[in-house]
Amino acid sequence: MSVPRFWRKQVARYNLIGTHCTNCKTYYYPPRSMCPKCRRDGKTENYKFSGRGEVLTYTVIHTAAEGFEKQTPYVLGIVKLEEGPSLTSQIIADPGTMKIGMKVRPVFRKLGESGEKGMIYYGTKFVPE
Amino acid sequence: MSAGIVSYGAYVPRYRIKVDEIARVWGDDANSLKSGLMVYEKSVPGFDEDTVTIAVEAARYAVKRSGIDTQRIGAVYTGSESHPYAVKPTSTIVAEAVEATPVLTAADYEFACKAGTAAMQSCMGLVQSGMIDLGMAIGADVAQGAPGDALEYTAAAGGVAFVIGNKGSEFIAVIEDTYSFTTDTPDFWRREGMPYPEHGGRFTGEPGYFKHVTHAAKGLMDKMGTRPEDYNYAVFHQPNGKFPSRAASILGFTKEQIQPGLVVPKLGNTYSGSCMMGIAATLDQAKPGDRIFATAFGSGAGGDAFSFTVTDKIEEIRNKAPTVVELLADPIYVDYATYAKHKGKIRLA
Ligand SMILES: [Zn+2]
Repeated sequence: MSVPRFWRKQVARYNLIGTHCTNCKTYYYPPRSMCPKCRRDGKTENYKFSGRGEVLTYTVIHTAAEGFEKQTPYVLGIVKLEEGPSLTSQIIADPGTMKIGMKVRPVFRKLGESGEKGMIYYGTKFVPE
Repeated sequence: MSAGIVSYGAYVPRYRIKVDEIARVWGDDANSLKSGLMVYEKSVPGFDEDTVTIAVEAARYAVKRSGIDTQRIGAVYTGSESHPYAVKPTSTIVAEAVEATPVLTAADYEFACKAGTAAMQSCMGLVQSGMIDLGMAIGADVAQGAPGDALEYTAAAGGVAFVIGNKGSEFIAVIEDTYSFTTDTPDFWRREGMPYPEHGGRFTGEPGYFKHVTHAAKGLMDKMGTRPEDYNYAVFHQPNGKFPSRAASILGFTKEQIQPGLVVPKLGNTYSGSCMMGIAATLDQAKPGDRIFATAFGSGAGGDAFSFTVTDKIEEIRNKAPTVVELLADPIYVDYATYAKHKGKIRLA
């Protein structure tokens, strides 16, 4: 990911800030400038998610992408936040203890880095509650 | 205007390695190391944890504990000797992650193991002068020790954040006074770009640690007219268990006074987090009215001494974030191979 592209989404990643449509009461993460359900009738405001949620599904990665070789095996999951939206995230847990439906909470971690000279990317991951 | 601690938060990674496991790899005698250092295990950062993530977790616990509006924070200073960037502040990332941006000042501090207490002193000055409303001072490190070096048995990971303010009604502890003692002493150093620190061997004890800790501590007690028996608790920088125990006895503090804050045996030396972790662990169990004495040490070298009196407000907020004892409970033990991988000691092609 390019530095400007990461930076634009930085605060949303650090603090799980999405949007809430006050017209249809739907929550969005990542944030949306317009509610896709209500279109012109939608009223969106920023919303900070609690970060509590549950694991909808997960997979254990054994053959990692570049930069993640040291971390294998690791868990990649889809977390459904208690307000509704779901997101894909690394889940820091022993793969053997993972269960669908398990409760998770957010933590602040390194997401990756652009080699030894590049930027370090930080943001939210999840751990078992 | 007076200065006081409004909140505090500590963070320790989940992973630990036992001294026995490191000694097994290097063929050292684990029992003599454990009794010599009074350290039995140390914390190890996860592969995705560094000084920034540790500082953020500690800062967030400090915010959670007191429920302060983070927009009131006018300064974030993070002390560490393991800032992940050589140029690009840790403190801006922390400030963003606790939503204290954009109207604040921020900078990173370096002074070996006492950069965090130097940050506390800066925040005291800023709040007492009225320049800012609240300041956040953090000490955090993922301490480095070269493979096979004596430091490897103790170099640990952890961090502590203090929110410092000037409104007496918000204090959980009044900072009554501070005093520093500083000289140019080459007991420990790391050159730019080098992965591990160098130290002056036996030189680190007497002219480094003991001289600066005792001068700072005595200097503060002389200035305030207090004596060791006026304090319920005392905390000294903890590179191992032996040094703070000896410093306490030289100064006339008892084993009982340093007990709650002596966290190094099960944690290791968290460098910039070390003395602040001891203060946090003591606040975790102090009662209103208790007095706490603390002295941090940083190689290079200097000592920062502090005198605190705990207020009634401690009881209201103490249990709203994890205590140091809770953070140390339920560890995941790793072997040396996993430890080396987490710390990036082995470079994969
Ligand atoms: Zn809508």
